[in-house]
Formats: sequence, C-alpha cells, structure tokens
Amino acid sequence: MINIFQNYGADLLLGLGNTLLCSVIALFFSLIIGSMFAIFETTPIKALRIIARIYIEVFRNIPLLVITMFFYVVIPLMVAKIDGFTAGTIGLTIYTSAFIAETVRSGINSVESGQMEGARANGMTFWQAMRYIILPQAFRYVIPPLGNQFINLVKNSSVLAFVAGFDLMYQGNVIASNSLQTINTYMAVGVLYLVITMPLSYYMRHLEKKLA
Amino acid sequence: MLNDFINAYSLMNLRYLLAGLGITIFVSIISIIGSYIIGAILGIIRYVKIKYLSAVVGFVIDLIRNLPLLLIIFFIYFGLPSIGLKPSSIWATIIAMIVFESAMLAEIVRSGIQAVDWGQMEGARANGLTYTQALWHIILPQAMKKMIPAIVSQFISLIKDTSLATIIVLPDVMHNTQIVYGQNTNYIIPMFLMLAIMYFVVCYALSLVSRYLEKRMA
Amino acid sequence: MKKIIRYIGVMAALCAALIVLTSCGAKPLSEQNVLTNSEKSNTITWGVKADTKLFGLMDIKDNRIKGFEVDIAKALTKQVLGSKGQAKFVQVTSQTRIPLLANGNIDGIIATMTITPEREKQVDFTNSYFDAGQALLVKKGSPIHNVKDLNQKGKTVLGVVGSNSVENIGKYAPKARLLQLSDYAQALTALKSGQGDALTTDNGILYGMAAENPGYVVVGGTFTEEPYGIAVNQGQTEFRQSLNTALAKIEKSGEYNRILKKWFGNVPGFNYEEAKR
Repeated sequence: MINIFQNYGADLLLGLGNTLLCSVIALFFSLIIGSMFAIFETTPIKALRIIARIYIEVFRNIPLLVITMFFYVVIPLMVAKIDGFTAGTIGLTIYTSAFIAETVRSGINSVESGQMEGARANGMTFWQAMRYIILPQAFRYVIPPLGNQFINLVKNSSVLAFVAGFDLMYQGNVIASNSLQTINTYMAVGVLYLVITMPLSYYMRHLEKKLA
Repeated sequence: MLNDFINAYSLMNLRYLLAGLGITIFVSIISIIGSYIIGAILGIIRYVKIKYLSAVVGFVIDLIRNLPLLLIIFFIYFGLPSIGLKPSSIWATIIAMIVFESAMLAEIVRSGIQAVDWGQMEGARANGLTYTQALWHIILPQAMKKMIPAIVSQFISLIKDTSLATIIVLPDVMHNTQIVYGQNTNYIIPMFLMLAIMYFVVCYALSLVSRYLEKRMA
Repeated sequence: MKKIIRYIGVMAALCAALIVLTSCGAKPLSEQNVLTNSEKSNTITWGVKADTKLFGLMDIKDNRIKGFEVDIAKALTKQVLGSKGQAKFVQVTSQTRIPLLANGNIDGIIATMTITPEREKQVDFTNSYFDAGQALLVKKGSPIHNVKDLNQKGKTVLGVVGSNSVENIGKYAPKARLLQLSDYAQALTALKSGQGDALTTDNGILYGMAAENPGYVVVGGTFTEEPYGIAVNQGQTEFRQSLNTALAKIEKSGEYNRILKKWFGNVPGFNYEEAKR
C-alpha cells in the first residue's frame, strides 16, 4: 500500500481534490435547492406543496447512479454536452437535495407552530416569518443531520467513477488496472476517503452530544 | 422517436429487464434480512458497552460507515478470494451489502435505544427486572418503533445501491439496461425511463409500507 | 489539543490495521494444477466479455454470451477435455479480468486481451488466437481521419479502464484528453452522447460496433499490432501448453477458420482471407 502512495501519489491527490471539490459544490447547491423545496412543502400554497412532494419522492426513490448516468448519457443526446465531472456533480446535487429537503422540513416542523402564528400576528408575511424566525431556529436542529449528509456526499461522489469524473475512485480504478495491485490500491483509496470522512463523523457525533 | 419507444419496449427487452429486476430484488431481500439481524446485534453490543468488545465493534463500524460502498464491493469481490472464498458477483454483492448496511443499521439501532428515556430502564430495574430483561422487554420494543422510519429508509438506500454492483458485473436491472442500450443506442432514452420507473415503483412501494407501519404503531 | 492527539492516535491505529491487513492479503497464487482440476471436474471456466459484439456479446433472447471467443473457447475445451468437456463462462470486464484470474474464479481469460510485456509480468499467455490492431471509431463526417488528428489540445478520446489501447493512445496522441469508461457498452454510449471525439480500441471490436451503428465508421487503419492471447495464471505451464496444442489442432483442422468465417465473414472492412490460418 505504501508503494502505491509512492508511485501514484500525485494521481491519488488529484482524485482526492476532485472528490472534495465535487462534494463541496454539490453540498452548496443541494442546500439551496433542498431548503427551497422544504419551504415549498410547508407553504400554505397547495401547488408548491405538490411540486415539492413529487420532486422529493421521485429523486429519493431512484438510484444516484441512474440519475448520474441520465445526465451523462441522455442529456447530451437531447440538450448539450456535459462532461463526467459536471454530470456527476449535478446528479449528486439533485439526489442529495431531495434528502436535505426532508431533513430541513422536519427541522422546520420541529420549530413550534406557535412561533409562525405569533410572527404572522405581528404583521410579518409568511416569507418574512420563514426567513427571520423559523429558518434560523430550524437550521440549528438540522446541523448534525446535514453534517451526515455531507459525509454521505463524499462517499456517494464515488459514483463519478462510472462517468470518468476523475474522482478518487476513478483514479483508484485506473491505478489498480495499471499496477495490477488491486487490493493495495483500494486500501490506499480507502485511507484517503477515511481521512475526510472519519474526522467529520467524529466531529458530528460530538456536535450532536453538545446540542442534545 | 416514438418508434424507438415502441421497439425498445419489445417483450424480449422487457423480459430481460424484469429478469434483472428479479436479481436486484433477490439480492436486496437477502441483504435486508442479513443486515437487519447483524445490524441489530452489533447495535446492541455497542449500546451495552461490553469492555473492549464494544469499543472494537464500534471502531470497525465507524470504519465501514465512513467508506464508500463501492470500495467495500471491490474489497469483497477482489479481496475475499485471497482467504480462499470465491463468491460469484451475486454473492459478493450480498456480502458487501450486509457488511455495509449492518454497520449503518447498527448506528441507527444504537441511537434508537439511546433515545428511549433512561428513566424507563431505571423504573424497570426498580421493579425487579434484570438488565437484560429490561432491555429486551421494555427498551427494545419502544426503540424499534422509533427506528422504523430510519430503518426503512436505509433499506430503500440498500435497494438503490445494488445498482453500484454493475461494476463487478452483477446481472441486475441496471446492468441489463446497459446491455440493451449498448446493443442499440437508439434505446438509451426509453431504457433509462423504464429503469427509473422500475426502481421508483419498488422503492416507493416500500416507503408506503413504512408510512403504514408508522401510523399503525403510533 | 487533546482532540487532535486523539485523532492522530485513531489515524495511526487505522494505518497500522490496514498495513497488517495488506500483508496478510498478499498470499501467493494457488499452487494447484489447473489442468488436473479441470480434468477432474470436466469443466474449464473461461472469463469472456459480454459487451463486445463479434467477440463476446450477451444475447438478450436466451441470456447467453455468444461470439468468436466463446466459440473458440468451446472448441479448445473439447480439445483439452475431450468431446464431453464443459466450458463455463463468466462475464468479465477489462477491469475485473486479471483479479478474477489471480483469484482463481476463472481458469483462463479469453477476452480481447492483447499480449504485452507488462501483462506478462502478471499472467502467462498462450500463442495468439487473433491478430488485431488498434484503430479509431468516429461519427461519420468527423474531422478525425487518423490518430494524428487526435493529437491536439481539446480533443477527447474514449477508452476502457484496464485495456491496452488506453496506454497506447497516450503514446500516439499525448495531447488528447483521455476518458476511461468501465466497459465497451459505456464507452460507445459516451461516444454517441458526444462525450468524446473518437473511441479507440482494437479494430475487431470497432468493426462490431460500426456494423451495429450505421452512423459510425472505423477510420485511419490500424496503428498498433495487438495479438490476442489467452491468459492463464503464472506457473500453470501444463494448462498453457495444452491450450497451445489445442489451438494448433483447431487451426490445422479448419475449425478455427470456420469459426472466424462465422463471425467475421460478412463484416465490412474485415479481410477474412488475410486473417484466416
């Protein structure tokens, strides 16, 4: 395993960088999209609620790989060419945003409903109350689950390997078939994943305890 | 375009996809049963804090939980033979799924048990139950109820994640779809649509069952 | 500070555990004799492709893999084990074939595998059973006519992880960007989706793709020589020799030519007379 790091260190680091980059981008956009649909789900407007429900149910119940392959293979046939990294990041964003929407929604629901009523009674609109009163409190509840979503994102980003997205897993596959040291290569890849995910998950557990 | 759809959904192609879906479901069911049992045992071991054992189990669970499933699949498929086992791609997937999902479930079980009010344990002990009796009769049934949504959504993930095993040539519905559109690339769009529908129907049905269970138990 | 120390401790323990595991994992290849085992079980297990037209392709009708390599493997099995010998087929990809052979899941690889010095360090090859050469598949009307046209910034070539052709293209068109997909079905789909300018691999495979996809053509002739061999584990000399003898026999008896003609006789661009043995 050490010799894999020695011989292919640069390739592995490139993969690690791409894995991190795509996870961060996907987290950023899925937070925005996910929160949007979570708010849609809690609005009084029925049409928005239905749209949000459909979005969440559809993308929670279809494999990430299918969504990603769809963007890599089908979208270029119909719309425009997108490369593997982009297709993978879009797939990850859409998939994760459905889960984040669920998390944020339960966060919003866990804020007492009296607060919304009080804010409305004080003359705030629904959106103002959401923005200034409910969401700031909801986000405190959902920080630990969101942290877990980010860990999932890093792990799930391995799907980029299927679409030549130059992530850590893709580099691992290429190195494994060049060096023919399959197990050693995947061990090295595993260590690099753990370097990102292990500290995060211990920190999240610590945070959960603190917030509980 | 419409012609592609009609041709793509020929009886032969659909039968081939359904055969793949059968493999997906078979692998999922065996993995769900296996990981449910092992996950519950590991979760309880972690909760009851047996000296050393719980710490070691906890560390291994953390390791597995923090690795991508794809990597676990590779380790099982390429690694197990070096200790003398030669699983087919179907059994390799099942083993990988059980290893990964039981680690995920163990964590759900542990935090589910912890979420049950500690006073209940004390109350049960005060009434003369042993620790094991209290755990088995008082704590676990309540914890299980609370865990249902998390466990079912983990099972839904499991079904979806079997698609990753196409990389070790598991003949599941994802693989069979790729074989069909690999032979005639006009079928790409219809095949993807059908693939998404098949996964959706299976996973959504399971989530409806979970909602029903939640309501009944509440 | 305490936390940092604890974290470092955890990572150190982890690395130690992995190194121990790695050293256990590196066990030598099985010392069994594949030939004797095959004779005992009356079966040879072959790793074949299932996504490669003409060589090994899954038939959706009956869920069996069919192609030139499958037929050659069947003929060789009959020669080695006698007329009642069974050939079993396991589907492999370029990525999974060598690990599966090393692990003993399969006895031999007959899966469009070029004999190269690099691979000979890992496996042993029989004599060549098919002489391919690397070529390019492009969309009809593409500005790419040969491998030199690809050697520019901004051109993307598609290949398959673990295949020899992706290494070659690095030598012939170092300026092109290379994307490695997991199998040929994926690579062809990626080409059709416009993810690359050309798909590169051996001409035999590309002819199969072009025959099925009228909008695509094989261009530029071959720019490498790619003799395909059957790979067996190192040290399985008896098994390798018996395969070589069997191959010579079916070449002499005309069975080889019959199988070649069956699969390649009507392929446009393929010269049967030149390839027959």
